[in-house]
Amino acid sequence: MLSDITLGQYFPAKSIMHRADPRLKICLTVFSIVLIFSAGNFFSLALAVGYIILGMALSKIPLKLYLKSLKPILFIIIFTAVLNIFYGTGDPIWQWGFIKITRNGLLNSLFVSVRIITLILASSVLTFTTSPTQLTDAIERLLKPLAKLKVPVHEFAMMMTIALRFVPLLLEETDKIMSAQKARGADMESGGIVQRIKALVPVLIPLFVSAFRRAFDLATAMESRCYNGGEGRTKMKQLHFGAVDWMVLLSAILVLGAFMALNIVLPPSIVR
Amino acid sequence: MPIIETKNLTYIYGQGTPFEKVAVEGVSLSVEKGEFIGVIGHTGSGKSTLIQTLNGLIRPTSGQVLLDGRDIWQEPKKIRSVRFRVGMVFQYPEYQLFEETVIKDIMFGPKNMGLSEGEARERAYEAARFTGLKEELLTKSPFELSGGEKRRAAIAGVIAMDPEVLILDEPTAGLDPRGRDVLLAQIGQYHCERGNTVLLVSHSMEDIGRTADRLLVMSGGHEQYLAPTKEVFSHGEELEGMGLRVPQITKIMQELIKLGVPADPSTLTVDRAVKQLIPYFKSRGGDKNAV
Repeated sequence: MLSDITLGQYFPAKSIMHRADPRLKICLTVFSIVLIFSAGNFFSLALAVGYIILGMALSKIPLKLYLKSLKPILFIIIFTAVLNIFYGTGDPIWQWGFIKITRNGLLNSLFVSVRIITLILASSVLTFTTSPTQLTDAIERLLKPLAKLKVPVHEFAMMMTIALRFVPLLLEETDKIMSAQKARGADMESGGIVQRIKALVPVLIPLFVSAFRRAFDLATAMESRCYNGGEGRTKMKQLHFGAVDWMVLLSAILVLGAFMALNIVLPPSIVR
Repeated sequence: MPIIETKNLTYIYGQGTPFEKVAVEGVSLSVEKGEFIGVIGHTGSGKSTLIQTLNGLIRPTSGQVLLDGRDIWQEPKKIRSVRFRVGMVFQYPEYQLFEETVIKDIMFGPKNMGLSEGEARERAYEAARFTGLKEELLTKSPFELSGGEKRRAAIAGVIAMDPEVLILDEPTAGLDPRGRDVLLAQIGQYHCERGNTVLLVSHSMEDIGRTADRLLVMSGGHEQYLAPTKEVFSHGEELEGMGLRVPQITKIMQELIKLGVPADPSTLTVDRAVKQLIPYFKSRGGDKNAV
């Protein structure tokens, strides 16, 4: 069902990760992804993976949900892993005609799959533990320097907030309209691709109509509250960089130090 | 033999996530053919979930739904045929309209049943007549209609399938008082003429009191009562405990009884109340204006 989509969904809980400043969390997510992609050997990769797993453990979100977020990209992982196996260089371990598997190819494939998986997991930690409002607040704050270059940062953030806010709403609406049409005997589960696309018309038309209606309503509501952009606008929830955040930041610096040491001192495991 | 039966029906939303919620728990009820059942319950009492299990839109987590004595999920592939027999009108059904013309939209259901163009058209006209849609509106685009007309068109779209059981989820929500009365009267008339089973979900105790033979009261996902309307409304205080109330006139009569006026505690309409009270006040010799 539509409600099974977990990617980008917020799961409320009480944990260090939920409490941490969203700005810090965004930076940390980018930081961990950079680590994962610059890891040259197993030890530095393990350290980066371990750091992300620590974040997952601290988030108090069931492992099952993380695994569920991997499901949609399972195919991509397998595809790239298999492709990488056959594109290695060096002496083949196994050969059959022009197809050969090398040690280097196997390693590359392992690294690539670990990277994709951790990339998704790291961003899942961010989206699972941060509400959409917090997320856009943080993005607005992080992008604020760009406002000096006349980039409409506030408008951009507001658009994102509205878009994110409307995702669950429109999903719910789609669910409702689908139920209503199914109750009238619409068949959406069988038939060929053309038939299935045709079967979507009774859902899409009412959905568009309702999306426009909601957009007009929202615009009217915003205008009647005198919304006029970011200038002079204050926030109800101020972002606050607290003790927990300093600790998290410290951990990131320590990990970075250790990571660089491991990456430089130990020989690289893969050839790029 | 009951037309619809549920056996120990339970439905849990989002099983295995932090949002897990038991919507309906252990509901066993049976509805006889031709009955008019009112379904009431506070918001979140599980009534919407319950009615959606009845036509197979959602599959119960455990328990059974029997239609004419047969489990509707016995052959999951044939679930569509169940939906033609148990028609369901959702809340604010006007948001489901999509065709170019009203008549085409009403024909959507009958055509899905595999009826020919001609048969579907005939049924659509009849359904439009039942819901009081004027014929000149049928060739218009559904988006040109007024709110009340859209509602009628959408209801006609379900009635056109001629379901044995018709379920309506708050069909009068958001309509003006006159529109409500007319629509309810039409549903009542449809029930009388066709002899079909009707389940009406409503927050308006007045509407329910006027139309339903029996009431199903849901609270916290459980079935609290399934009893004749009068009987349920005599439990005024218990209903208030569930966030519900009895029709205003029933409440007035119940209060009058406390003051010593001999009256029927389950009076459901103003007409009936007047019939009881006038003779009483006349016999007391008071002047008529006191009433």
